[in-house]
Amino acid sequence: MAYVAVKGGERAIINSHRLIAEERRGNPDLAELTISQISEQLGLSVDRVMNEGSIYDRDLAALALKQAQGDAVEAIFLLRAYRTTLPRIAVSKPIDTTRMTVRRRISATFKDIPGGQVLGPTYDYTHRLLDFALAAECGIGKPEAELADEPLDSVIPRVIDLFDGEGLIEADISENDEEVFDLTREPMSLPAGRDQRLQNLARGDEGFVLGLAYSTARGYGGAHPFVGELRLGEVIIEIVPEDLGFPIEIAEVTITECQMINQFRGTAEQPPQFTRGYGLTFGHCERKAMSMALVDRALRARELGEDVRYPAQDEGFVLPHTDSVEANGFVTHFKLPHYVDFQAELQLVRQLREQREADQAKEAAE
Amino acid sequence: MSAVRKLQQRPVLLEVSGVSKSYGGQVGCLDVSFSIRPGEVLGIVGESGSGKSTLLACLSGRLQPDTGSIIYDMKDRGPVDMLLLSEPERRRLARTDWGIVHQNPRDGLRMDVSAGGNVGERPMAIGARHYGNIRAEAQDWLQKVEIDLTRTDDKPRTFSGGMQQRLQIARNLVTKPRLVFMDEPTGGLDVSVQARLLDLLRGLVRELGIAAIIVTHDLAVVRLLADRLMVMQRGRVIEEGLTDQVLDDPHHPYTQLLVSSILQV
Amino acid sequence: MSGPGNKQCDTGDGYSFAYLDEQTKRMIRRTLLKALSIPGYQVPFGGREMPLAYGWGTGGIQVTASIIGPDDRLKVIDQGADDTTNAVSIRRFFEIVSNVATTEQTAEATIIQTRHRIPEAPLQEGQILVYQVPQPDPLHKIDPRENETRKMHAYAEYGAMQVTLYEDIARFGRIARTYDYPAMVNARHLMSPSPIPKFDNPKMENNPAIQLFGAGREKRIYAVPPYTSVRSLDFDDHPFEVQTWKGCCALCSSTVSYLDEVVTDDRGGRMFVCSDTDYCNKRQADRALTTETGGIVAPDEGAKL
Repeated sequence: MAYVAVKGGERAIINSHRLIAEERRGNPDLAELTISQISEQLGLSVDRVMNEGSIYDRDLAALALKQAQGDAVEAIFLLRAYRTTLPRIAVSKPIDTTRMTVRRRISATFKDIPGGQVLGPTYDYTHRLLDFALAAECGIGKPEAELADEPLDSVIPRVIDLFDGEGLIEADISENDEEVFDLTREPMSLPAGRDQRLQNLARGDEGFVLGLAYSTARGYGGAHPFVGELRLGEVIIEIVPEDLGFPIEIAEVTITECQMINQFRGTAEQPPQFTRGYGLTFGHCERKAMSMALVDRALRARELGEDVRYPAQDEGFVLPHTDSVEANGFVTHFKLPHYVDFQAELQLVRQLREQREADQAKEAAE
Repeated sequence: MSAVRKLQQRPVLLEVSGVSKSYGGQVGCLDVSFSIRPGEVLGIVGESGSGKSTLLACLSGRLQPDTGSIIYDMKDRGPVDMLLLSEPERRRLARTDWGIVHQNPRDGLRMDVSAGGNVGERPMAIGARHYGNIRAEAQDWLQKVEIDLTRTDDKPRTFSGGMQQRLQIARNLVTKPRLVFMDEPTGGLDVSVQARLLDLLRGLVRELGIAAIIVTHDLAVVRLLADRLMVMQRGRVIEEGLTDQVLDDPHHPYTQLLVSSILQV
Repeated sequence: MSGPGNKQCDTGDGYSFAYLDEQTKRMIRRTLLKALSIPGYQVPFGGREMPLAYGWGTGGIQVTASIIGPDDRLKVIDQGADDTTNAVSIRRFFEIVSNVATTEQTAEATIIQTRHRIPEAPLQEGQILVYQVPQPDPLHKIDPRENETRKMHAYAEYGAMQVTLYEDIARFGRIARTYDYPAMVNARHLMSPSPIPKFDNPKMENNPAIQLFGAGREKRIYAVPPYTSVRSLDFDDHPFEVQTWKGCCALCSSTVSYLDEVVTDDRGGRMFVCSDTDYCNKRQADRALTTETGGIVAPDEGAKL
């Protein structure tokens, strides 16, 4: 008997782990990357991994990126699998973004706004020319930006709140004490509330959410968006421990917030009014925050009495497909052996072909 | 008229009282009442926006009216208010003792299932499990609606508009429903195709003794099919009676306008 | 890996027994009880993110992790085999995080986690079979809208499913489903048996073991309690039938087990061997023994049709 069943899956797996470790290290003559180097110098990559991994920890995100050889989706997966084992100690108070220490803040709706337009750090107006100075052996030294003459206001009102007085924009959803849905502890259930929708989009794959957002502005969703405000900076996280009964600060985190203003024609009961779309991310993730705000608004179609005609408006399509960990797992699982199902299909196709040949032979004989 | 008189002696099949439905401030239909007996065909006419489609959606359980009652004489339970019926019971009724023929066959057919499968779905849904019998019954109905049996295994997307509509009718009638709702059944079809479909419908309705409620803006359709007629305007029923009476001697100015605007054929 | 900033536990030491925290296990056990009370009904549960990719058995792993105890003996198979890479990987995971005994022998296992097969040897009372499920809802392909399929299950409206079988016969002359063949559980709920070949469907019927199904990505759990009716859909005049092969297993000569096709060369050479490696090995060993002692080759056993 020439055939021996394939064995040794266990050894293969161990060897595969060794190989990937070797590849990850690359040329051992070069210095090994440190976690702080990744965290400091690949900051936007770390931000994305923290955001979609839904855990605010720069070191862990940097470690995940190092372990994943810079593959963001794999790093997000690592972080998520770690996060799921962590206990829930407390639920924070809602953050107040008017009290953000603003580093960047722009509005596309008014030329000047209370608190001012603050360009801050952005690639927006860089010319996308490869900077060979960054490739030079001696590096770029210590670039430094100039300080402004005077500090920004400590409280900067949200542009979108300026409309509120006139009723030109729908009212913000009031804060209430209802328990917020936790997508990481409960299965998603449709139709999704705002909490489920926003959590899902915040954790959603940046590329997928960006593509959906793009589609809404290209006729597949009828979006006419204005960036009411985009702001980046640090906010304080507070919790109220039960035995204390008053809030204490536990952390300062960087977030990006986007308030998108959208058109709405009004109904019999309601005069015409602008509507909101909301995006919020950990770290500096403007592309994601804007995309999220657009898709959030598109998904409100049914709530606002609009026809649900396009993919980005259909929560049954969008929400189950945003998650990169789920999507990646399922798409790549087709690599797993399917010998048994394939054999079943193969057998059927052979049977059907035999039957067809037999039928044809019979016909020919007649 | 003697046929109609005979019908009126039978017990009421569907009794509708005071049905209203509004959308926000807009009236869909207002305080509509009527009854229909087994085997009777009722036409509801009016222009777009007159509330006839809203009324049909309320009657067939696709829309919840704001007020009113809809009593149907169920086969096994006698008269029951449809608005108090549970959802599974309503869905079951809708695919056994009722039929719904949509204006657009796409709304009433499974476009990726063969003609035979489309007709066979209702029997299978209520427990038919013999392939040969299901297929034979489906083919029997395809013949009744004049679809060539060589098309049994073809999908409806390869059919013409008239064929799709006939298939939709067969799919509904296979369980021998006692009441069929039709929403502009000849809408969107060529005139010659319309005539053939109307002939077919008239034959089937008479032969099977089916009661039907037909909503249309086409007076020729009701002239041919309906025993009785209701005319709707702005959500209300403004005139009703035997079809020939209403069409030949309309009383309400709006009905007069409607009748005179149609070329006499 | 070590170094400053490395906070991640790189061994099982930092994790709970069987990885999941006790609260999560309790939640999943409650879900399992509900699933066993309503055979075939898909119960939503708060599925956790696992250190294994979705689609690679996260549902099965969560179920196994919630029911496994230190005294259990675990068997993991993929495609019927204990030595396929994903089976090895999942077995290693439980060895690391729970330190339980493992086995390749069906009869010895208290818990068997499987992907795509049911073992050939009959299961016994007290054993638990845990299936990995990619798509728990058999109606999903008929209507992707979950709101609608939930109603169809709730009202037992399964006509549209029967239509798909009708279509097969109309088109191919036979029901053309070969795996993930839908079955009616306890004459009430339509269930996906997971992508096992239809060959295995009859084994689910009236089985003494507990059968648990976990779909991690879709966050659903369902179950078939012991001795429950599981009927594969069919027509009176086209009854359900399972795969058969013309030959026998090239290694153990079984004529009643599910066979894998193995391509042996590039000139069309192929052979058929048991997909259940434990069953096949055991028969080969028995045969070697009986040949040595001059006895008779053991007849096929176990695989009942």
